Amino acid sequence: MKHTISVLVENEFGVLSRVAGLFSGRGFNIESLSVAPTVDPSISRITLVTRGDEQILEQINKQLNKLISTIKVIDFTGQEFVERELALIKVTAEEDTRAEVLRIADIFRAKVIDVTARSYTIEVTGAPGKVDAILELLRPMGIKELVRSGPVVLGRGSKSWKGA
Amino acid sequence: MKKTGSQILLECLQLEGVDTVFGYPGGTVINIYDDLMGSPIRHILNRHEQAAVHAADGYARATGKVGVAIATSGPGATNTITGIATAYMDSIPMVIITGQVPTALIGNDAFQEADMVGITRPVTKHNYLVKDINDLARIIKEAFYIARTGRPGPVLVDLPKDVQVATAKFTYPETVELRGYKPTYSGNIRQIEKAVKMILSAKKPVVYVGGGVTLSNSSNELQDFAEALQAPVTTTLMGMASFPKKHPLSLGMLGMHGTYYANMAVTNSDLLIAIGARFDDRVTGKIATFAPHAKIIHIDIDPTSIKKNVRVDLPIVGDVQDVLQKMITKLIEYGDEVKAHVEETSPWLEEIEGWKKQHPMAYKNSKTIIKPQFVIEKIRELTRDDAIITTEVGQHQMWTAQFFDFTQPRTFLSSGGLGTMGFGLPSALGAQAAFPDRQVIDISGDGSFQMNSQELATLVQYRLPVKIVILNNNFLGMVRQWQQLFFDRRYSQTCMELPIDFVKLAEAYGATGLSTSKPEEVEDVIRKALETPGPVIMEFKIAREENVLPMVPAGAGLNEMVLAS
Repeated sequence: MKHTISVLVENEFGVLSRVAGLFSGRGFNIESLSVAPTVDPSISRITLVTRGDEQILEQINKQLNKLISTIKVIDFTGQEFVERELALIKVTAEEDTRAEVLRIADIFRAKVIDVTARSYTIEVTGAPGKVDAILELLRPMGIKELVRSGPVVLGRGSKSWKGA
Repeated sequence: MKKTGSQILLECLQLEGVDTVFGYPGGTVINIYDDLMGSPIRHILNRHEQAAVHAADGYARATGKVGVAIATSGPGATNTITGIATAYMDSIPMVIITGQVPTALIGNDAFQEADMVGITRPVTKHNYLVKDINDLARIIKEAFYIARTGRPGPVLVDLPKDVQVATAKFTYPETVELRGYKPTYSGNIRQIEKAVKMILSAKKPVVYVGGGVTLSNSSNELQDFAEALQAPVTTTLMGMASFPKKHPLSLGMLGMHGTYYANMAVTNSDLLIAIGARFDDRVTGKIATFAPHAKIIHIDIDPTSIKKNVRVDLPIVGDVQDVLQKMITKLIEYGDEVKAHVEETSPWLEEIEGWKKQHPMAYKNSKTIIKPQFVIEKIRELTRDDAIITTEVGQHQMWTAQFFDFTQPRTFLSSGGLGTMGFGLPSALGAQAAFPDRQVIDISGDGSFQMNSQELATLVQYRLPVKIVILNNNFLGMVRQWQQLFFDRRYSQTCMELPIDFVKLAEAYGATGLSTSKPEEVEDVIRKALETPGPVIMEFKIAREENVLPMVPAGAGLNEMVLAS
């Protein structure tokens, strides 16, 4: 089962590798990972997506909590949350497909942020499912290059973790 | 007045109550060693950094204090890894200081540079690279705090040479502020209440004890708890000396080389009360058949230990001492029910007695060849109750666990989790440095002894009178045993045929060497060794193909023991 987890950590060098090392050392896979400082510059927020059964996830949660640099672990499984991912897509756009690429970008409220005679680079944000969907439609045009940020998430509602 | 980094470090160590450190100098710690010359801290110069860390580990295991080791950067630092991993697996509180190349050179493949924070990340509880002298005192304070609190463990502080030389105003923080690190000491009273109810409704309870009891200094509480319930107690290797082996409720060790009756009791139990133990695979055997009828209560300070290997019906996160004390208070409250429970479980103790009579821990002695179990029994007979026994890893370790009746906590120091050959001699050295007047004995095999035999020099130099027992079968005995039982006697590379003269080796270092191959001389050799001042090697040439039995083959269930050859 897919799990999206936020980890609030001390903003110190080496913390990310502690978190990543915890996964690799136990043979757990990280599907995606994003990290940046929060409102409080001494705290970073790591958002990661991983998969595993209940027992594995319990261990992941406990092991993340056990790291001295970890301040808080939030597993969004079973909770309401908003989720966004950024993708930059360089797609082949020659005479016969340029209009179609633009149409698709428009439908997905994506933006063209770079243009050449043979390509468009498109910026799209949304839930990972939306990114998957636009990629599906653009694939026949020829995707030259792709970068995805992996999702970042926040819990729905007014409840929040102070400073983060 | 400003102080240098190395001066600040040594002052911090003193403020943490450190009186002895173990180590080995080198280019990047030369400033620390220079300041050590005028410091009241005693430094013991080991002959290898691995041994220095094991010595600090032995010091910590024997005293309960934080052990400290120092090594230089690069090869000195990487030599510490086995020692650090050993301490990590057994949750031993330690602080390891390694030198590092100057900050300006870090990452440049400088001479004797190694990324110690990266290398030690998986084998330390936490680690630090000190980049700014102004952080040094706080980091040392945190390192000791992290090492000794919660589930203890080793903490590494990597200290670049320029930080040792830089100066700053020294103020030692009074408190530690780590917002993400708040170990749970106090066991949840509702969970404890539930646990006591589960215990009182059990008919066949077994208490299963690990190293956590020793680490939390709870041997007395454990004994009170077991006696109040009249519940049988089995221990892991790490839990070994925390419950007296001769106690009527003792089942000895369980698991791969555990007693028949401990394994039968666990297999047939209806409630397992696990205290500070982590269900290692050497203990559980095949998980599917481990305690198949039992509900499990698991008490541990480390939540990650709970439900890691086995299902748990009732977890209690907290300090073992706190939880046991609360449980004992509850048992006193439930006086009449406890009395009824003890009556109800008496047939269970009788059933266990039956297993004890059926297959007691025994071996076949010989008049012509020395049996290793006989040597262990004789050492027990001739040593004091508070003698500290260390072991290396292998057959001799298991024979010691099986045949030495430990009575006091912190008297059995052995590498349980990592199974580190070469641990016994340096850890004995560390224990002897802590307790110069106690008997300290390293029980060793010929293979393991050779992994850190250079520490004989350290023993002699510092007049540490460790007695070393070598059970010599000219084999890497445990691997040979597996080859015999599971690889059709194909003894690939386990035969150490070169006849080493251990007596001469001892003498070469200025120690005493004694050797015998005759059973009738065993007692005399032990007596003579114990009476001889200074370090002594006792070599016993033992039956070459003696096996450690009983044995649960790897992957089998605890009730599928091999009892005899």
